[in-house]
Amino acid sequence: MKKLLFALLFAPLVAFAAGPVLHLDPAPDKANDMAALQNGAKVFVNYCLNCHSASYMRYNRLKDIGLNDDQVRDNLMFTADKVGEPMRIAMQRNDAKAWFGAAPPDLTVIARARASEAGSGADWLYTYLRSFYRDETRPTGWNNVIFANVGMPHVLWELQGDQMMGPDHKLKLVKPGKMRPQEYDAMVGDLVAYLKYMGEPVSEFRKHLGVIVLIFLAVFFVFAYALKREFWKDIH
Amino acid sequence: MSKVNALLQGTLNWVDERFPLTANWKAHLSEYYAPKNFNFWYFFGSLAMLVLVIQIVTGIFLTMHYKPDASLNASGVPVAFASVEYIMRDVTWGWLIRYMHSTGASAFFLVVYLHMFRGLLYGSYRKPRELIWLFGIGIFLCLMGEAFFGYLLPWGQMSFWGAQVIVNLFSAIPVIGPDLSIWLRGDYVVGDATLNRFFAFHVIAMPLVLLGLVGAHIIALHEVGSNNPDGVEIKKKKDANGVPLDGIPFHPYYTVKDIVGVIVFLMAFSVVVFFMPEGGGYFLEYNNFVPADPLVTPPHIAPVWYFTPYYSLLRAVTYPLLGIEAKFWGVVAMGAGTLIFAFLPWLDRSPVKSIRYRGTMTKVLLAIWIVGFFILGFLGTKDPAYKFFGAIPGAPVAQILSVYYFLFFLTMPIWSSLDRCQPEPDRVTMK
Repeated sequence: MKKLLFALLFAPLVAFAAGPVLHLDPAPDKANDMAALQNGAKVFVNYCLNCHSASYMRYNRLKDIGLNDDQVRDNLMFTADKVGEPMRIAMQRNDAKAWFGAAPPDLTVIARARASEAGSGADWLYTYLRSFYRDETRPTGWNNVIFANVGMPHVLWELQGDQMMGPDHKLKLVKPGKMRPQEYDAMVGDLVAYLKYMGEPVSEFRKHLGVIVLIFLAVFFVFAYALKREFWKDIH
Repeated sequence: MSKVNALLQGTLNWVDERFPLTANWKAHLSEYYAPKNFNFWYFFGSLAMLVLVIQIVTGIFLTMHYKPDASLNASGVPVAFASVEYIMRDVTWGWLIRYMHSTGASAFFLVVYLHMFRGLLYGSYRKPRELIWLFGIGIFLCLMGEAFFGYLLPWGQMSFWGAQVIVNLFSAIPVIGPDLSIWLRGDYVVGDATLNRFFAFHVIAMPLVLLGLVGAHIIALHEVGSNNPDGVEIKKKKDANGVPLDGIPFHPYYTVKDIVGVIVFLMAFSVVVFFMPEGGGYFLEYNNFVPADPLVTPPHIAPVWYFTPYYSLLRAVTYPLLGIEAKFWGVVAMGAGTLIFAFLPWLDRSPVKSIRYRGTMTKVLLAIWIVGFFILGFLGTKDPAYKFFGAIPGAPVAQILSVYYFLFFLTMPIWSSLDRCQPEPDRVTMK
């Protein structure tokens, strides 16, 4: 009887397994690759941080990924005076709205916001940044496979080149860019790793700390359980 | 040493002459006799208390840095949303406090649901514990209010649209509905006025009521004594000193036992806080990392997991009745779905309390109800057009299960008295 009840209880959990709606390419995991994160920060500051802000992220926080204040000041700060400032932009939101149809969103936590049943936010961004194609019907001349009628033009087109949507609904590189496809994918992987880091700078430390906390609790458990056993040995 | 002892004893006497400290210590801990046969299910009461403390302490520190302000800052981000990210990044240990609070919300419901399920299993709501149960239902309702108000505060898309959907429900009430919903929001849409009043409710009003109810819940419990997995009254068999034969002092026996439970709970809690604070999108919804935008409706608005069974009840009602729109009856179903628990002490007519001595019918009907509750909860997270395995439509399943949800309670007086029960033992058993 008990077994039957338990089987009934857990049956729905099995039925809940549902297929993803959207196909995303898994982003490479570079969370601990400092060179990749630093390259990602460079790409972010040069290509993204003109229209998109990262207004909860302070420049000097980049010490997490191995950069000191001088390195940040000399190489990454174009629109701020002090390393303690957040990554703001000069573009006015009202202007941006008029130009693009919608103001470009702040990107600080974009890697968290874009997570879904289909995959992590990093997967979405990794796929998105590699899925732009030429579409003359759009005002910017660009469209995107996983973000239909996107307002953003393909900012990285010089690097990737031009892709076209074939009749088989697959993207084909028709005009090569400055980078070979593998190089481009690796660079986007670095950028996405940086965006993921920026979404939650504390995440690696959080996991390290978690291990220590669990070890402490496990040791505490041994003593607490022994204490309980000692007190309860006379209760029958 | 004896001088120190004398000083301590003197101090205690001084206090006891002015405040019943020792008397209370005895009444509620060292001479409060609890049945000796508590099992796994009896950890969740003290754990609920622990989570309450976690929520209050972390909440106090969050209010020091959080700003209930819907206006946009220089970067075009709502101040409230930005202040949460400020806590996550710039406040020392702010991320830990915030994750403990957000995980604590889900943990609170998990623990309270298990605590309530224990009541269902062992008939803990039955005479003479009706008031304990009613105070408990009050705590549960209060907790739902607390969670609802608190969820607006991060001012993300789900915060905003979830509040918009729920407050709009009140507009379905005939005649006064539309004005009522404006009165609740303080505006025509969820806005700064709503955010500020929800903040006030979340940090002051609800916690005050909650603490009062928790106090009443425990005072009532200590008046009548705890039930146990056998559902027999330990107070019926006492020794010469008036101590129940099957009772043991809460302190030290259950305090040392509950410490073990607390550690196991904290391990599970830490796994979420440190390794999966988003809980796969169920504890922190992904869309809530997008600041609230009144002009962009998310394609799919889902409440957090602990509300989803009732959300399913709400959506299950799709036809108007008595000339009033379906939405109103959905609200009625949702409200009834939460309030119906309060009637359990009078719906249950079984001669025995504990599931251990109840018949197959009770076990099967309860098991189906629990499975149904899970499925309703699951469907509540999904779009109404969801299909199991891509084939079985979810909406009619939710409707059938909603009917069963209520039938289970409404027909309880009949089936609980018909069921073939086994005789209860005289004394508790140590299984």
